[in-house]
Amino acid sequence: MRPEELLHTTPQGLYSPAGDFFIDPTRPVARALVTHGHSDHARAGHGAVLAMAQTLDIMAIRYGEGFAGTTQAAAYGARVEVNGVGVTFHPAGHILGSAQIALDWRGCTIVASGDYKPGADPTAAPFAPVRCHVFISEATFGLPVFRHPVPADEIAKLTSSLALFPERAHLVGAYALGKAQRVMALLRTAGHDRPILLHGAMERLTDYYRTQGIDLGETRPAREATAAERAGAVVLCPPGALNDVWSRRFPDPVTAFASGWMRIRARARQNGVELPLILSDHADWDELQAAIRATGCEEVWVTHGQEDALVHWATQEGLRARPLHMVGYGEEEGEGAAPEPPVSPTNPEAAP
Amino acid sequence: MNRFAALLDRLAYEPRRNGKVRLIADYFHHTPDPERGWALAALTGSLSFRNAKPGLIRQLIGERTDPVLFALSYDYVGDLSETVALMWPAPHGLNDTEPPPLSAIVHALTHMGRAEMPAVLASLLDRLDETGRWALLKLITGGLRIGVSARLAKTAVAALGERAPDEIELVWPGLAAPYEELFAWAEGRGPKPETEDPAPFRPVMLSHPLEDADFDKLDPAAFRAEWKWDGIRVQAARAAGLEGRHVTRLYSRTGEDISGAFPDLAEAFAFDGVVDGELLILREGRVQSFNVLQQRLNRKVVSPRLLMEFPAHIRAYDLLVEGGEDLRELPFEARRARLEALIAAHPTEGRLDLSPLVPFATWDQLAAARADPAAHGAGEDAEAVEGVMLKRVDSLYLPGRPKGPWWKWKRDPHSVDAVLMYAQRGHGKRSSYYSDYTFGVWTEAGELVPVGKAYFGFTDAELVEIDRFVRRHTVNRFGPVREVVHTPTEGLVLEVAFEGLARSTRHRSGLAMRFPRIARLRWDKPPGEADRLETLERMIGDESHAPRRAKAVLGKQPSPAGEM
Ligand SMILES: [Zn+2]
Ligand SMILES: [Zn+2]
Repeated sequence: MRPEELLHTTPQGLYSPAGDFFIDPTRPVARALVTHGHSDHARAGHGAVLAMAQTLDIMAIRYGEGFAGTTQAAAYGARVEVNGVGVTFHPAGHILGSAQIALDWRGCTIVASGDYKPGADPTAAPFAPVRCHVFISEATFGLPVFRHPVPADEIAKLTSSLALFPERAHLVGAYALGKAQRVMALLRTAGHDRPILLHGAMERLTDYYRTQGIDLGETRPAREATAAERAGAVVLCPPGALNDVWSRRFPDPVTAFASGWMRIRARARQNGVELPLILSDHADWDELQAAIRATGCEEVWVTHGQEDALVHWATQEGLRARPLHMVGYGEEEGEGAAPEPPVSPTNPEAAP
Repeated sequence: MNRFAALLDRLAYEPRRNGKVRLIADYFHHTPDPERGWALAALTGSLSFRNAKPGLIRQLIGERTDPVLFALSYDYVGDLSETVALMWPAPHGLNDTEPPPLSAIVHALTHMGRAEMPAVLASLLDRLDETGRWALLKLITGGLRIGVSARLAKTAVAALGERAPDEIELVWPGLAAPYEELFAWAEGRGPKPETEDPAPFRPVMLSHPLEDADFDKLDPAAFRAEWKWDGIRVQAARAAGLEGRHVTRLYSRTGEDISGAFPDLAEAFAFDGVVDGELLILREGRVQSFNVLQQRLNRKVVSPRLLMEFPAHIRAYDLLVEGGEDLRELPFEARRARLEALIAAHPTEGRLDLSPLVPFATWDQLAAARADPAAHGAGEDAEAVEGVMLKRVDSLYLPGRPKGPWWKWKRDPHSVDAVLMYAQRGHGKRSSYYSDYTFGVWTEAGELVPVGKAYFGFTDAELVEIDRFVRRHTVNRFGPVREVVHTPTEGLVLEVAFEGLARSTRHRSGLAMRFPRIARLRWDKPPGEADRLETLERMIGDESHAPRRAKAVLGKQPSPAGEM
């Protein structure tokens, strides 16, 4: 049996002819399995959606209750069958509710890992490798120049800057779903106990994380904060707001950006960042290799990112490897694509 | 080294001067001797690391990584040192040992021979983290750009205690790395370091540019005027050394010792004292253009022929020290009288003369002299006059740029009407504004060609207006750059003032502008009526001075907006 009979690429995304469903389709389809809530993977308008309960909740927050015809909640490790194909969700460690989806059919196992990160994260269930024949991996940071530093050291850059410039607000650009909450959790672990000010675009998702038992300490809407409360405060906002008119309400801020891209100086400079925080929710070069090895797979398919380098490495390791050249992924969370701010100078508070 | 590297990394991103001072002071505060002293030496440019060529770095990384992965990575990152720093495969286990301190790195790099360089460098890279490797590679390839001047680093030393930056400057020339006595004194733990140098540099006094609005507030009777010469500001110091032998030094205005390049001047000094003046080339008693001076500055070897062909000269305008007596606390008029008497008493065969005063009673009279120096006493040297200097008769010689006592009033700059083509976001306080502007003029074919880039000259209110215009009239984006509409009927005309024009093969227009700034926004003018390239080309022909670019190392190049 060829693995392509179980799963192959189509213009809408990965499709299973055996089970008649898509994984993370980029356009509306009849039946979709969704790995996680980032909008490049989770889109509105499908007929039926199977995803982790938390992913379904996040989709409802972002798109409204009627985002799909019907929904079905999955649980980590619990196998279900879809048209005879076995489907099991496993933790991906990327954001809250993120999952790898393992398909088994006629003795062949394929794992579509979505976005994943083996590193520790207090806001996500830890990544668990799954044995399989074919492992489908992203390669957002698939170059040997990407070795993510220890997250606590990056947060220490922020707290020591707060100590050195206590009169200046520290604007931290961070993606609204996942990265923002991880930054808050890391700050709390580092002992930062002041209220954290939030851009309007991240309030609802942050409240949702709290309902899932994740302690993020006290947060307040940035727009309601007084000048005294803004001085020396951490203010979280979507990356696009850093250079937008929204940021003008903070006199003389320190501009930080939490992203794996901050590793590359030209990227940080291009965005006018003064305090780059190298904090990623994707696997780095070493982690990609370790994750692939841990699955014991014979074949690697690379969805998006730095496919060439990862395929080159895998081939040298004696694995069959090929790029899938998938488009439409990595665009939302500011880690897959260059973090260019949004185009319109309209009110950024009205973001999704 | 990792901590120092982290400081360099942070400085490279910090746009504000005060922010940089605080970061450096904080580092000094938390770093023990002698490590912080070596860091100070590196920041002030007092360390010279052995030069490593990019070829060596490529060779080292080539021996350790897969060529395909290196090529993909280099292509992606775009900078060799940074690529190597990030992908260097540090052996496991070595990370547990203490990373090498900066002092050890300085020691290793100064004492190794050329043949040992690859092995020493590799072992250092093995023991540093990513940022440490980046900083080391940048230091040894000379590519570190963090926007920190020696003055700024000394200001950070001063910020450790109650000292003023100028006090640090005063003791600096006699000190050497790792500066333990300096730190002890700055922190109030030790005595003032004794300077060993008999002829140290004295920090210079600088002026502010005069604006039209300033005249109403200034009384002409309170000022004296001098010509502003188009040469290089220097300080000549001569004093008796320990064994009674005289030491003569020539300093640039930033305190760099440039005596070696001007042995002819050192010989000519016949008295002990410190003179502030302009370095010029004189031939047959006539001041030559800056272009001629530049030719002497560009030569590395000071040959007898060079000394003959380009005889150096100092035109003196202030006296800071006479004999052993410090005159800086005297008013300008008293220092001037002492200077005149001293020069009259020591004829120096044309090597040193007095910069004359320009007589005037009203601002209008001075404006006339400034407009036509030849007819007002500058005579044949008029071409080397770039304006006038105004000095209050009661002004003490204060280091730095105090506002009020000294003014410079340059001759009118050129200006053209150009069309805004591209705008880029600024840095620091301006990062939410499009504040860097590329502008162009029309070619004969009716096409706009960029002729320069300006990022100052406008008011805060004008910045807001331009920013709004840019956001509403964007036609294209390239990363942080926006292209704005620029057709003959639609677009924004900027009146751009500049100091000079030069031919340049690097620009499509064939021209390069010196110090362009936005003088006015011409909302009233349709872009089609902006200036043409021919007009600018004609200006080059009219330039009485050959266009020039001062040698930055001598501190002549001003940085009008460099420290926003
Ligand atoms: Zn994602
Ligand atoms: Zn993604």
